[in-house]
Amino acid sequence: MSSTVLLTIIMLSLLGLLSAVILYIVAQKFKVIEDPRIDLVTEVLPGANCGGCGFTGCRAFAETLVKSESFEGLNCPVGGAETMGKAALILDRQPVAVEPKVAVLRCNGTPANCTRTSFYDGAVNCRVAHNLYGGTTSCHYGCLGCGDCVTACQFNAMYMDPVTQLPVIIDDKCVACGACVKACPRNIIELRKRNRKDRKIYVSCVNKDKGGPARKACNVACIGCGKCVKICPYEAITMTDNLAFIDSFKCKLCRKCVAECPTGAILEINFPVKEEKPSEPAVAEINE
Amino acid sequence: MPVVVLPVPASVTIPVSQHIGAPAVPAVAKGDVVKTGQVIATAKGFVSANIHSSVSGKVSKIEPVIDTTGYKQMAVVIDVEGDEWIEGIDRSTDLVRKVTLSREQIVERCLQCGIVGLGGATFPTNIKMTVPAGKTCDMLIINGVECEPYLTSDHRLMIEKGEEVLTGASIIMKALGVTKAVIGIEANKPDAIINLAELSKNFDGITVQPLKVRYPQGGEKQLIKACTGREVPSGGLPLDVNIVVQNVGTAFAVYEAVQKNKPLIERVVTVTGKKVKEPGNFMVRIGTPVTKLIEAAGGMPDDTGKIVNGGPMMGKALALTDVPVTKGTSGIILFPEEESRREEIMPCIRCGKCSSACAMGLEPWLLSVAAEKTMYEKAEAEKITDCMECGACAYTCPARRPLLDYIRLGKATVMRKIRERNTK
Repeated sequence: MSSTVLLTIIMLSLLGLLSAVILYIVAQKFKVIEDPRIDLVTEVLPGANCGGCGFTGCRAFAETLVKSESFEGLNCPVGGAETMGKAALILDRQPVAVEPKVAVLRCNGTPANCTRTSFYDGAVNCRVAHNLYGGTTSCHYGCLGCGDCVTACQFNAMYMDPVTQLPVIIDDKCVACGACVKACPRNIIELRKRNRKDRKIYVSCVNKDKGGPARKACNVACIGCGKCVKICPYEAITMTDNLAFIDSFKCKLCRKCVAECPTGAILEINFPVKEEKPSEPAVAEINE
Repeated sequence: MPVVVLPVPASVTIPVSQHIGAPAVPAVAKGDVVKTGQVIATAKGFVSANIHSSVSGKVSKIEPVIDTTGYKQMAVVIDVEGDEWIEGIDRSTDLVRKVTLSREQIVERCLQCGIVGLGGATFPTNIKMTVPAGKTCDMLIINGVECEPYLTSDHRLMIEKGEEVLTGASIIMKALGVTKAVIGIEANKPDAIINLAELSKNFDGITVQPLKVRYPQGGEKQLIKACTGREVPSGGLPLDVNIVVQNVGTAFAVYEAVQKNKPLIERVVTVTGKKVKEPGNFMVRIGTPVTKLIEAAGGMPDDTGKIVNGGPMMGKALALTDVPVTKGTSGIILFPEEESRREEIMPCIRCGKCSSACAMGLEPWLLSVAAEKTMYEKAEAEKITDCMECGACAYTCPARRPLLDYIRLGKATVMRKIRERNTK
């Protein structure tokens, strides 16, 4: 009886020892030597795996950072300067200052501005609708309103406004990861420089048609008249395919173009309301 | 519903891309005076087709206009003045049976006359008529199935222009170098079967084959299976089983091009719907606005909810009626409001009805999910490109899932990815 127990113990011990030796040899042979800094950098990254940096997740970005010579062209839009500063500290590199950005919707085709010509009841998906036909409005460049961008946003920075039927970007939450830009089949969303107090001036239209058809399609379309290009003192506005584009890095927010735009396609957001000058007839009345 | 010839409209809009492949290049300028049958846009590239003026008059503009897809597309707009045809076109309705042109001349004539497949795919016919090196063809199938319910244009053509269709078939046989042709007609068109069976006695090698009524038997691969029992391999073409399929309408167009030198400038369009006053088949010039067709059918019923370009299964709803008829417009269907809305989408209940309905043996539920979740590699592996978009899956789905919507998106994306991969 005791010999059976003894035999079992010896056998199992030998087996365990043998397995341990094999495992040790294999572990030594196939050892993966990884830069320990990758783990450290991954820890300081936000861990959202949003792909905003252009790499497949935070760890892939950390690997790239560790391998890279300098931080030029590499940026984590979610963490911003703070995260990049920490990473630079770990890797002993110089952090590169990158302007923070914010997503901007370049369409103002609300039902009030842009007539609805048809009713769409297919799959609620912008890519499907875009593939199928021109859209429910008279403008076939504008927002389709199925909310692919809202679905793509991992930071709850977007929602669909039921009144305007357009997505809304919440500036405070937007980290400029660019997921919505990729999701939009009509390239309406753009990443622009984030200004002080989230002030924005941009052409809220992507219609490339000539003036007449563009205006017919939407009340607030860019008609490509070129007035804004002429008035801009900083040469920030360019005109391609009957569509004005304001370079957010050249723009000094002087707002001259906003007043000049005949259709109101250029929007100014988060600016203090201008003080109304007393109008002429009012003055005349007082005089009387 | 006999074919009614509609009068020439006051103005036509002729898109330069009415076929699969590269758009044609406009060959006229604004202000030019053109005659009926004149080439106004020339084919560019291998897969492309000439576009001809369907009327005589003055070119008023060449600019992008909204076409049946709702997107803008380059088109030639012509203001009609009289109806003067270019020389060399035989406008009489006399039957010319003797085929004098050689094989090469027939193919060349189809290219010149801009003949494309009129079943719906609008693939240039001259390419389908040339058997590429390394392939053999032993049989021609003429598709008289009428691809979709509601449409009757091919049916009427087989009754009214039977001899022309058969002559067209023999022309295509000559071009392909085959001695055998089968006309597949579904059993719900007994008059067409009797008519063509009677007439085909005078044509060597052409037989009529009545088929059981099934959807989607108008699909090439399904028709080949039904007529011959041969099965086209996945990703293959009918030529892989030594067969070429042409539509009845195409056979008629080929007849007119080869025997009468008449380019493809008009076609038969079915206008129908439950509440339409005078539904019918109309012979219209290419570029006629759809509104004219609806007027001819007794006007638009008040409760029209949806106007579909094409058949009820595969057709696409029109966003505007002021769009031109193109070579591919087979029908205009006006659905009343109560028939036009889709029902609420429910979650998939895994019943598998879509899989049994699929004529290609695919799994529509899987393909649609793969496309929705942008899993394009999976969609490709599951043979999404074999889908012919017949819509049987979406029709049969008890949960009313928009299966075809996503499959179409996935198919288009996968096809694009494959093309990109091949050009690299």
